[in-house]
Amino acid sequence: MNQRKKLVVIGNGMAGIRTIEELLKIAPDLYDITVFGAEPHPNYNRIMLSPVLAGEQTIDDIILNPVAWYAQHGITLHMGKVVTSVDRRNRIVTAADGTQAHYDRLLLATGSQPFVLPVPGHDLPGVITYRDIADTKAMIEATRAHQHAVVIGGGLLGLEAANGLNVRGMSVTVVHLADWLLERQLDPEAGELLKASLAERGLKFALSASTSACLADEQGRVRAVELKDGQQIPADLVVMAAGIRPDVRLATSMGLQCQRGILVTDTLQTLTDPRIYAVGECASHRGTAYGLVSPLYEQAVVCANHLANYGIGLYLGSQICTKLKVTGIDLFSAGDFMGAEGTDSIVLRDPVRGVYKKLVLKGDVLVGTCLYGDIQDGAWYFDLIRQGQNVADQRDTLVFGPQDPAP
Amino acid sequence: MSLDATSLRHGGRLMLAVDGQPRQTRSTCPYCGTGCGVLIESVGEQLVNVQGDPDHPANFGRLCTKGSTLHLTAAESVTRQARLRQPLLRAQRGGDTHAVSWDAALHLAADRLADIISSHGPEAVGFYGSGQLLTEDYYVLNKLVKGLIGTNNIDTNSRLCMSSAVAGYKATLGVDAPPACYDDFQHAETLFIVGANTAWAHPILFRRIEDARRARPSQKLIVADPRRTETAEVADLFLQIRPGTDVALFHGLLHVIVQEGLLNHDYIAQHTNGFAELRALVAKYEPAAVAETCGVAMADLIQAARWMGGHTPTLSLYCQGLNQSSQGTDKNAALINIHLATGQIGLPGAGPFSLTGQPNAMGGREVGGMANLLSAHRDLGNAQHREEVAALWGVPSVPAQPGKTAVEMFEAAARGEIKALWIACTNPAQSLPDQHTVRRALEKAEFVVVQEAFGTTATCEYADLLLPATTWGEKDGTVTNSERRISRVQPAVPAEGEARHDWAIFTALGRELEQRLPERVASYRPGTSTLFPYTSPESVWNEHRESTRGRDLDITGMSYALLETQGPQQWPMSEGEAQGQVRLYADGRFPTADGRAKFAAVEYRPPVEIPDAEFPFSLNTGRLRDQWHGMSRTGTLGRLFGHISEPTVDLHPQDLAELGLTEGDLVKVRSRRGMVIIPVSAAPSLAPRQAYIPMHWGSEYIGGRGAEGQRLCGVNALTQPAFCPTSKQPELKHATVSVEPVELPWKLVAMAWLPASNALIVREAAAQMGRELAFFSCVPFGREPDAMGRVGVLLRLAHTQPLADDQIAMLERWFGIEGSSVLRYTDTARAHRRALRLSSLDESQQVEAFLMAGDVRAQAWLRPLLQEDQPVAALGTMLLHPGAKAQGKVASRGKQICACFNVTEPQIEACVATCQGSEDERLAQLQGQLRCGTNCGSCVPALRKIIRLVPIATEATAAAPLEAVSLASS
Repeated sequence: MNQRKKLVVIGNGMAGIRTIEELLKIAPDLYDITVFGAEPHPNYNRIMLSPVLAGEQTIDDIILNPVAWYAQHGITLHMGKVVTSVDRRNRIVTAADGTQAHYDRLLLATGSQPFVLPVPGHDLPGVITYRDIADTKAMIEATRAHQHAVVIGGGLLGLEAANGLNVRGMSVTVVHLADWLLERQLDPEAGELLKASLAERGLKFALSASTSACLADEQGRVRAVELKDGQQIPADLVVMAAGIRPDVRLATSMGLQCQRGILVTDTLQTLTDPRIYAVGECASHRGTAYGLVSPLYEQAVVCANHLANYGIGLYLGSQICTKLKVTGIDLFSAGDFMGAEGTDSIVLRDPVRGVYKKLVLKGDVLVGTCLYGDIQDGAWYFDLIRQGQNVADQRDTLVFGPQDPAP
Repeated sequence: MSLDATSLRHGGRLMLAVDGQPRQTRSTCPYCGTGCGVLIESVGEQLVNVQGDPDHPANFGRLCTKGSTLHLTAAESVTRQARLRQPLLRAQRGGDTHAVSWDAALHLAADRLADIISSHGPEAVGFYGSGQLLTEDYYVLNKLVKGLIGTNNIDTNSRLCMSSAVAGYKATLGVDAPPACYDDFQHAETLFIVGANTAWAHPILFRRIEDARRARPSQKLIVADPRRTETAEVADLFLQIRPGTDVALFHGLLHVIVQEGLLNHDYIAQHTNGFAELRALVAKYEPAAVAETCGVAMADLIQAARWMGGHTPTLSLYCQGLNQSSQGTDKNAALINIHLATGQIGLPGAGPFSLTGQPNAMGGREVGGMANLLSAHRDLGNAQHREEVAALWGVPSVPAQPGKTAVEMFEAAARGEIKALWIACTNPAQSLPDQHTVRRALEKAEFVVVQEAFGTTATCEYADLLLPATTWGEKDGTVTNSERRISRVQPAVPAEGEARHDWAIFTALGRELEQRLPERVASYRPGTSTLFPYTSPESVWNEHRESTRGRDLDITGMSYALLETQGPQQWPMSEGEAQGQVRLYADGRFPTADGRAKFAAVEYRPPVEIPDAEFPFSLNTGRLRDQWHGMSRTGTLGRLFGHISEPTVDLHPQDLAELGLTEGDLVKVRSRRGMVIIPVSAAPSLAPRQAYIPMHWGSEYIGGRGAEGQRLCGVNALTQPAFCPTSKQPELKHATVSVEPVELPWKLVAMAWLPASNALIVREAAAQMGRELAFFSCVPFGREPDAMGRVGVLLRLAHTQPLADDQIAMLERWFGIEGSSVLRYTDTARAHRRALRLSSLDESQQVEAFLMAGDVRAQAWLRPLLQEDQPVAALGTMLLHPGAKAQGKVASRGKQICACFNVTEPQIEACVATCQGSEDERLAQLQGQLRCGTNCGSCVPALRKIIRLVPIATEATAAAPLEAVSLASS
């Protein structure tokens, strides 16, 4: 038993632990596993923080792997311990409190950090980011004492935060740099529909707006957000949700080659050190660092396979699709939903039912979709996009979903 | 003498009631030659209702689908959109028109005519009138052209309608006078209807025939026609003859009559000439050979002859099937032969009775308003007659040389010989055969005047000068119907805008011309200072009346006052007689030199064009039940498109199969003269290798541009200009054509409910756009009076490539497809798009409008949903689905059969299945339950057909539910 190899995982989040789960499926006894996590929690479903914020779920609801699970699989778990250094020559991981672990294989799953706008007042009390359970609790706290919130960033995270705060009774304004919401996930028309239905719920928006400062009151707490155009929006809570950056602080200190993420190969091994793997938001594969959950899971499968020494399968990148976790708002997009040069699109608009469907095709191959209001066929389109199959024979009915074989 | 515009417009006769008080005016229907009396109800200056005149001897209160909706065609929304309301001048051809005063218009017209007359002679002008003009209009026009200008170049669209009947009567009986009357229907034992679809073209007469058959079960109805029409459906014996073989048929009948010893030797001996020659001729027409020629069973031929000769009295009714033929005169004469040889004329229930196509073709014939006629049945060729007319008018002479008839006139204009064309109350760019020549004529002519009530006819586009004329409800004068009965036409409302009566326009023009032709005026006989002393229609009519004194059509016993107080009268009715002559030739004396009728020994000749490899189909044209001629009036009502909703060419199902066509496919129908692209429909009523296109579908409703960019101008681009040498009536009912599928990859269908106030304008604009593409058809639909004041418009386009987006966007605006309740589907790469507007957002939402391009299959189910205001909330976004079947449960009410009560085929079928007893009993039960066919009765033949097809249901099959989306309503 003692000649079992040692696998150390830095990052107790969804990517790292999913990789372990995959690994245990195919090689349960290959490694002694040690997991370091900075947060004082076992692995939880980070993407479900929004329902928690919106009061639809509790923290317990979103725990994926309770502490017992680690024990049950003989995994050494170090919760709330930040790894500060890794000695690659001697293959030793050291945490801030001095805890050390030796590894034969090292898996980096350090995730990402929220991007904090470097504007005056970004560090004032009441200015927070939205990343983890602590942030979520802080926001819920704030809603009890305060009225006005500004969320900087009209992306998925920002809108979910804004919605949650709105549900909890705050008056929320979303400040967004781009011309329409979710510009990474929606085309302008769908963005407009989304804005309209969020506005119906009471959210306010400042689009094409960039923040110039967070202003303090006499107690030194944030009181307003000032925009470039001088406009001031009252805010005793400011949530910075202007994007995330892969957390490569440790990797850089280890001398691993990074470039908006830890560079990994199709086997998820770091370019610099084949003993070291990286998965999740911290990894940069073929120039892309994914910020969504499904690619992480796909990476986990490949990574686990290689950790298990099977060496089968390559990770070639992911087609991504997104959903907004705001109850009552259905939107879905995947692939080239904007429609690049050389593509054309099929569009269905039903304002009566608030439905917008856009399918982007290259020739007769579906390459992207953007759905709003009716997403029940989203998964089907996503498959067609991933399979890249010719849809000429069903093109005319494609936007209406899978058809019964015509009589 | 001066005369003010008002008396010109109203002849001073119109007295408006106190505003708000409904007022009833006795007049006649302006459609077919039946000449039904109507009671017009008006309030102030607006027509509000029309009913059949219970006292009028033509219809006794009945009206057909067209007549009973006349007031709707005079609704303000229609008038505003369709009527000409002031004189319009077109500075240059193809350009816009601008309004001018009547004085300016008449001065210009008179100047141009006088110029052309003085530099090219009177033969360089041609006047083309209409069988819809009143007798007074006709009289003044005739006098203007023959008396003042001095040419006989005046003809009318009656040339396309009745001139063979005229020539047939004259060739045999001596004068142009239908000897029988409507009352004869109920006295006849044998009714022979040939070349006439009375059920559709003369619905009220057909009602009287139905009554007669009920009252006289022994009566036999024989119908001979190339098509199994609704008239043929009810016949005791139907002879489905080959097109144009009528003369062979009649000779064959007479041959059998001779064989069977059914001749009336005494009558032949006492009252006729030339039978020996005819007998020798018909001896050659052996029944077997005739049956072969005509394509009928010999037994049927013999049966028909036995009834006609032996089951008497025998009355023949006939119309365009005999007239519109290169042998039209012979066809008429050969039928009359049979009546003379059997003595079936001049008796109650007997005679050769020509049914008139137009409301006043008879009146026009009476005043001699044709290129070869003179007033009161006088002949141009007769010096004595010419002198009588010249003396009557006070002119030195009237020209002897016959003028150019309709077809000849436009051919002469196309050659440049006729330089001025004056067109009144007709639409030659729609109705004349060989449209390419007609249009060339209109382009070539130096000066074209169109005197019209409606500004929407194809001919208007060619006018240099448009003169607004009064029309039904405004006009004042007299008309004569098929049975020689003269009725007063009285105005219920004042003229629309600046419109003037036709007689008044001709009068004013005549006065202007007199000033410009002083040498003509100088030559007037003593006592005559002007040929146009008229101040009212009555003053015109009185002069006409005098011209009939002593003639066969003597009406000196009539007066306006008498017609108004004692009602319509038949001619002749000479001074002192208490009433007109019901029936002619009772005494066997004919208005010929020796008082005897003449047999016409004429050989059968086939039509001018014979089907061949290149043109294998025989094209027939004719009327629809609910439309009238060029549709300038009936085409303004969506509800009159409920019976037949769109232009199609009918073919036998077998031919469709051979050509690999399904209903609705576009085909190219081509003749030696032109072509038309038109959807095809299956018609088992036709024989194989025959095609039928209703005469109504002109370039106003269907067209486009051919491959060489030439305009496609409707059905008459195909038809045959060759005419009967005697009557000069063209062979509109027979041309050979080819039929082939056309592949136009891009299609568009747009359909919308629109406000009545602009639907017709949208229809016209859409059609205008369509005329630049390979194919368009654009028709209204609806059920006026519509509770929501709507009229529908249906547009079809087809082209080689997609229409530009901005043009489609324009169409969508016109069809009201904009706003927040518009569903859209677009596939830009495929040029597929569908858009539809919903009426509301709630459960009751209906489709108000849709436009689909590229893939138009879905119109099959969307169309009935829209037309029937069906709720569509259940379909949701699937309303945009491209399939030919709806993606959800939707039921159409099906094809409308009864236009009056909007009863549909599925309803009727379900109902008759439960009706017991004989056909008549089931019909009565059906009418009792659904009311269909109880108003105008026009659909009764269709109801009978359904009754014969639908068996009486047993318990098991009873009450089949209405299912399946029926396209029939499309």
